[in-house]
Amino acid sequence: MNYTERLSNVAVLGAAGKMGSGILLLTALEMVDLSLKPENKGKVFVIHAIDVSSEALVGLMRYIRVQALKAAEKKTVQLRAAYADREDLIDNEEILRQYVDDVMLAIRPSTNLEVAYNSTLIFEAIKEDPELKVKILTQLDKNNPGKPWYFTNTSSIPITQLDEKAGLGGRIIGFHFYNPPAVQKLVEVIKSAHTLPEVEEFALQYAKNLRKVVVPSADFAGFVGNGHFMRDALHGISEAETLAKDVSLPEAIYMVNKVTQDYLVRPMGIFQLIDYVGVDVCQYIMSVMNPFVKDEDLHSDFLDKLIGQGVLGGQYSDGSQKDGILKYEKGRPVGVWNPDAGKYVMITNFQTSGDTRLGALPASFQPWKSVAFAGRKEEMLTAMFNEIKSMDTFGAKLAKTYAKRSKEIGLKLVSDNVAFTEKDVNTVLLTGFFHAYGPINNYLD
Amino acid sequence: MVAGYNTISMGTGRKEFHPKKPRPGLEEYIKEAGQGVLKQIGGAENVDEAVIGNFAATRFNKQGNMAAFMPYIDAGLRYKPAVRVEGACGSGALALATGIRSVLAETADVVLVMGVEVQNTVKAIYGADILAAAGWAKDRKQGHAYYFPGKFSDRAKAYQEKFGKDKPREAMAQWYVNAIENARLCPTAQEYHNVSDELQACGMMNPNPRGFVDSLNVYDCSKVSDGASAIAVVSEEGLKRVGIPKSEAIEVIGMGQAEDDITKAPDDPTILATTREAVRKALESAGITKEQLGTVECHDCFSIAGILAVEAIGLAPHGGGAEFILQGNTKRTGMIPFNTTGGLVGWGHPTGATGVHQAITIWEQLTGKAGDSQIPISHNRPYGLTINMGGDDKSLVSIVFKRAE
Repeated sequence: MNYTERLSNVAVLGAAGKMGSGILLLTALEMVDLSLKPENKGKVFVIHAIDVSSEALVGLMRYIRVQALKAAEKKTVQLRAAYADREDLIDNEEILRQYVDDVMLAIRPSTNLEVAYNSTLIFEAIKEDPELKVKILTQLDKNNPGKPWYFTNTSSIPITQLDEKAGLGGRIIGFHFYNPPAVQKLVEVIKSAHTLPEVEEFALQYAKNLRKVVVPSADFAGFVGNGHFMRDALHGISEAETLAKDVSLPEAIYMVNKVTQDYLVRPMGIFQLIDYVGVDVCQYIMSVMNPFVKDEDLHSDFLDKLIGQGVLGGQYSDGSQKDGILKYEKGRPVGVWNPDAGKYVMITNFQTSGDTRLGALPASFQPWKSVAFAGRKEEMLTAMFNEIKSMDTFGAKLAKTYAKRSKEIGLKLVSDNVAFTEKDVNTVLLTGFFHAYGPINNYLD
Repeated sequence: MVAGYNTISMGTGRKEFHPKKPRPGLEEYIKEAGQGVLKQIGGAENVDEAVIGNFAATRFNKQGNMAAFMPYIDAGLRYKPAVRVEGACGSGALALATGIRSVLAETADVVLVMGVEVQNTVKAIYGADILAAAGWAKDRKQGHAYYFPGKFSDRAKAYQEKFGKDKPREAMAQWYVNAIENARLCPTAQEYHNVSDELQACGMMNPNPRGFVDSLNVYDCSKVSDGASAIAVVSEEGLKRVGIPKSEAIEVIGMGQAEDDITKAPDDPTILATTREAVRKALESAGITKEQLGTVECHDCFSIAGILAVEAIGLAPHGGGAEFILQGNTKRTGMIPFNTTGGLVGWGHPTGATGVHQAITIWEQLTGKAGDSQIPISHNRPYGLTINMGGDDKSLVSIVFKRAE
């Protein structure tokens, strides 16, 4: 079965979810692009969008229609060539509409798992629950006579475990997209102990066609991305808890969030990132990872408490941020949850005192968005970190400790053989987390 | 001609422009430009008739019957004659020609002539479909996604194959630099807010055939613009009626119109043959030579069209236009300044309005009303020339002007 045949009947499980919808979109586009090649004229390409929620599938189809048109507009030059033999399609607009129609015609939404019983390739993007994943994969493989290949989007569960427990005989690979899949360039590719070479070969070709940056990771719970992020988050929580001996917890959270965003030039502070991923998702990923790590406890009582209080974060279906540890207005943090009082405190109440305690930002400070895409990025970062290095303010100290810990986490991923190279760690943080620089660096040496 | 008025050329580049926010439409632009002229000529009662040039409001704005917007400018224009003319991107000068003919025929003494286009109603990729109507509809299927950039990219490619790759590329970049430098001096220009200090580098950027066309980069292209321009075409009698001294008016000395077959590809893509013919007729009817031209407004829908226009006028031999531009001759400080408010690349290209905007720039320059854009006009070279083109060198109007007194 060649690349095209493998992609002729695909299923996406959890298709209406945040990750599933992106995977469905990208895969459907790739399939329709294949169908437009002269050698594939007349071949049928089908992608089953499977989800438990019928309602969510309606939203999914709307999302796909809008996104497929956007994708089409960006490749109009190619699409005019692809539809050159369709004499009835003359204007760009007619061609782009036809392309969107072709994408929609390839997608079959369904709430029944059975439709995947004759798929040749199955993407799994359901809840991050090892038992549920094993159960579904087992059921599918028992009923699908075609020995399909499985791409799992798990961000934390070891692939070997899924492979063995579901009895897949190496027909599985970890293909971890970053959120949102349609935008983020990074995928982590993780082989199980048994992954067949042809599955990996296909995965790399598929990633290449989607123009993704591939970072291979060892099959260790959490892989590179969450291996770094979860520990980085725990460090942030621990710093805030220490700081809360002197100031209120919301103020401490505000300060650590500010230091991680401004002093460390990140796209968002650590607490906002936890909200972005989802407080419950973070807790869950830690619980999946924790049994596999030795000498460490990847667990946070703080997160447990928040979840108990219903503080969950995550995003609305339109991509906007739900309130979590922080409260948001128009996407910007305006308040912080106070677990003791069970309500949000507005940032304006303690912003001045928190900022004063942190001290002035370095004179060369530039926000992430002015640095990350600048031609002089290296120069700007060097100047800023040189300044921070010599500064004695509380903010600078927190930043230095934080950056040191982040580097330590990165180096440990390499020494533990989770990541294959230091560069891989940096690539994951640069492309998967949009950091302006990798955690393994010499800025503060 | 007297009493010109340009609205802002609105679109990407202007600080006011935001693609997702509401913007003025046809009504606002027409009213602003129309009233801008009426205010200078003593009101609507002095107007005998009106002409409006517009290319594609039927598709950009789902609006036809454009002449009926003339009374919308001012109730004083109700029941007066008005007509809409269309010749793609040459609609503006066709409107002028229509007004001029009416005055010459003595059927009117004061004609309000306007051009308008509002294009930012659709994304550029769909705008390309609409603008493709300036070419032959039966050629659209074979054409590029970006149909007109594709046509002029083909011309640039042929020119570079014939005369070398580098010099034409450098000249196109220089054309862009000149355009932006001029636009920065004109507050209504779309590139007025451009503060880039890397203009030359932008102009030299390699074309990206995967996303755009083979031989042009985006800086070689005129802008997607909204705007209107209006001016009064008057007889000597009319000038007295509106009470404006001759010194504030320009006189049409000559005009050349030429049309070519829309179904035919150019005989030689490195020559704008119809442009050459229109200019020849204009200079001949004016009884002047190209050496007497003090300034030119040419139709640089693409920078390559600027190079080809220089050659079509005869200022440089075939293949010599690039060198002529690189020597600085067309800069505002050069021998014969071109497009002194930025042209289509710098000021903007609200398609149906462009021909009228060109005449207004000449009127401003020859009567000393160009503000920061003002160039010196010498006694030896007192004439201004406009070239307005519809389609790929198909519908041409070229006009020679001189200060009326």
